[in-house]
Amino acid sequence: MKRTLLALLLISTLCFSFACERRGSGTNATDGGGEIVVGYYGDLTGRTASFGVSTKNGVEMAADEINKAGGILGRRVRVIVEDDQGEPNKAATVVSKLVNQDKVVAVLGEVASSNSLAAAPKAQEARVPMISPSSTNPNVTQVGDYIFRVCFIDPFQGEVMAKFAANNLKAKKAAILYDFNSDYSRGLREFFTRSFTKLGGQIVAEQSYTQGDRDFSGQLTQIRAANPDVIYVPGYYGEVGVISNQSKQLGIRAPLLGGDGWDAEQLWQLGGASLNGNYISNHYSVDDPSPAIKKFVADYQARYQARPDALAALGYDSMRVLADAIKRAGGTDSAKLREAIAQTRSFAGVTGSITIDKDRNAVKPAVVLKLQDQKFVYDTTIYPEGMTPPASSATSPAAGDPSPAATTSPATAAPPPPAKAASPASGSNR
Amino acid sequence: MDTFVQQLINGLNVGAIYALIALGYTMVYGILRLINFAHGDVYMVGAFAGFYIALYAGFAAGASMVTLSVVLLGAMIIAAIVGMIIERFAYRPVRKYSRMTTLIMAIGVSLLIENLFVAQIGATPRAFPDFLGSQSQAPYRLFGNAAISKAQIVIFLVSIALMLVLQWIVYKTKVGTAMRAVSFNLNSAKLMGINTDAIISLTFAIGSALAAAAGVLTAQYNPNIDPLMGILTGLKAFVAAVLGGIGNIPGAVLGGLLIGAAETFVVGYGHHIGIASTYRDAVAFAILILVLLLRPSGLLGSTVQEKV
Repeated sequence: MKRTLLALLLISTLCFSFACERRGSGTNATDGGGEIVVGYYGDLTGRTASFGVSTKNGVEMAADEINKAGGILGRRVRVIVEDDQGEPNKAATVVSKLVNQDKVVAVLGEVASSNSLAAAPKAQEARVPMISPSSTNPNVTQVGDYIFRVCFIDPFQGEVMAKFAANNLKAKKAAILYDFNSDYSRGLREFFTRSFTKLGGQIVAEQSYTQGDRDFSGQLTQIRAANPDVIYVPGYYGEVGVISNQSKQLGIRAPLLGGDGWDAEQLWQLGGASLNGNYISNHYSVDDPSPAIKKFVADYQARYQARPDALAALGYDSMRVLADAIKRAGGTDSAKLREAIAQTRSFAGVTGSITIDKDRNAVKPAVVLKLQDQKFVYDTTIYPEGMTPPASSATSPAAGDPSPAATTSPATAAPPPPAKAASPASGSNR
Repeated sequence: MDTFVQQLINGLNVGAIYALIALGYTMVYGILRLINFAHGDVYMVGAFAGFYIALYAGFAAGASMVTLSVVLLGAMIIAAIVGMIIERFAYRPVRKYSRMTTLIMAIGVSLLIENLFVAQIGATPRAFPDFLGSQSQAPYRLFGNAAISKAQIVIFLVSIALMLVLQWIVYKTKVGTAMRAVSFNLNSAKLMGINTDAIISLTFAIGSALAAAAGVLTAQYNPNIDPLMGILTGLKAFVAAVLGGIGNIPGAVLGGLLIGAAETFVVGYGHHIGIASTYRDAVAFAILILVLLLRPSGLLGSTVQEKV
């Protein structure tokens, strides 16, 4: 009796797995039929939930626009959303589910580099292309040839802030307060240090914390004693808001500098007025007057009643880059799709012209934003080496206007020397 | 020197919060010989109670001592009720069984509260409104670089006031006498005509109210609150109670201040002796192990353990 049961169980399991197999290969092999299923994973309920939700909004808005315009190659796009709660092990689990169970043609996500690093091997093993909208740690795309991103990487982001600190703020001494357990934060710390010391600056104090810490006064007091001109805090908004608050309460006047990890509405609730006068590097500015960005911002606001942060813009771009690649690949065959994504050249995204380089990273300029009265105000644009600012204006709507600094937008009233800001960039070109 | 003084202020500031929470651990232990592991979560509940009071009463951020007092009192009352409910429905029914049962119940209650909150409102951190205006105000300068912020002053003053009130209740009132009687021997106290159930309930209420005060106060310095904020802070406060001598009220205060200071000094000066600032959380638990090995009764605990 027992044996019969066991045999039955075995047979049913086999049938089931076979059925799964067939269903899966069906979706992948038969091009031209049915909808195109794309996976998205991100932190929707955890400590960095603002990132995941913004990106999801951007991805879904792009997918809807694509469907409204007739889909990709006449097929509708459907996005399956998974929540990883901001934890690397959960990120790996949900990506396994997306690629093995849902048989998605590509995966979009994550924002936090640690989560992308944990999940990327799953996509790579299954040979399903993954596009991270905004993980900036260089190691992410080195996981394998199926892993891409549509944002710049930390060596550049760290360099941007170091240049801005040394050239625009005339800082000689910098202190660093970084998140010890975050690949993103550690990477930025390293690249900022390298660039800043190369520019003749000096790192006078270095302190660390871990995500979830509640008190930073110990670290900030040591930093204050070193009397730095600027303090680089390459963390995520949850901690940074509190750090800014506590630095104010210790009477620290040096501005805090950060990266795209600060970009969240919640930063303002946590840090409030203490954030005024700080600077971050970011992927785009909402105040950019180019028509493409204006349209994106207006559409997003109408849809979600919120200003799109950079993560929403990158989520939007990642979906559109993917759609463009599927179109060029003529279908969803994974090897052809991978090739097509790798061939992306001068794609007109809202976060600038996107060209995927040989390391599967996007080469793009970065903007520096000043924090003032609950707003990220455009200050300057810094270009990567070898990219000339006006040259891309023909292809990129983001750089469409000759100088975003010369806009009439009310936000640009604040920064005094925006016009000169491009000079360190052009200097770096040659 | 000013850096040292500053670190001391920072450390005592963190320590005052630990002390307020440790009082709840120590009072409940004194009466029931129970480590109430759900106490750290009551601290979280207190912070969220304050957050929602401010939200629904429409208190916007902005310097106002009145709003802070209203939020603080409201949160303390809500947490006191939560504490009494936990005692009534989770601990009282199992009190007659072995102490291990109550301890496991405490762990269960703790996980239940945390997960209820995560399920209801998500793990996303919330921003507590700034009622002291400390985000835009420079601190008061003491000497050199050493300074003290408004939030820190308020945390110190309110915690000291609450501790004095507690001292007064325990040593100067009839209820306090009854509490002490129950802590000496529950059954004898019952025979003397003390309503022990009511006294135990009151002890939970007072301890929970203190934890809620800690939750609201700390949110004035660190506005980031989330449903899991009580885990680590609660454990450290527990260590503080053990360090001071569990069951001993002045000991809990001393333990809290010492743990807070130790933690901050590790961040500030640890690198001189090869300890990175990321070891701050390990320090409290290293202290716990040392105390248990060297002086199990804690700094101020009585050496006579056989009370029961």
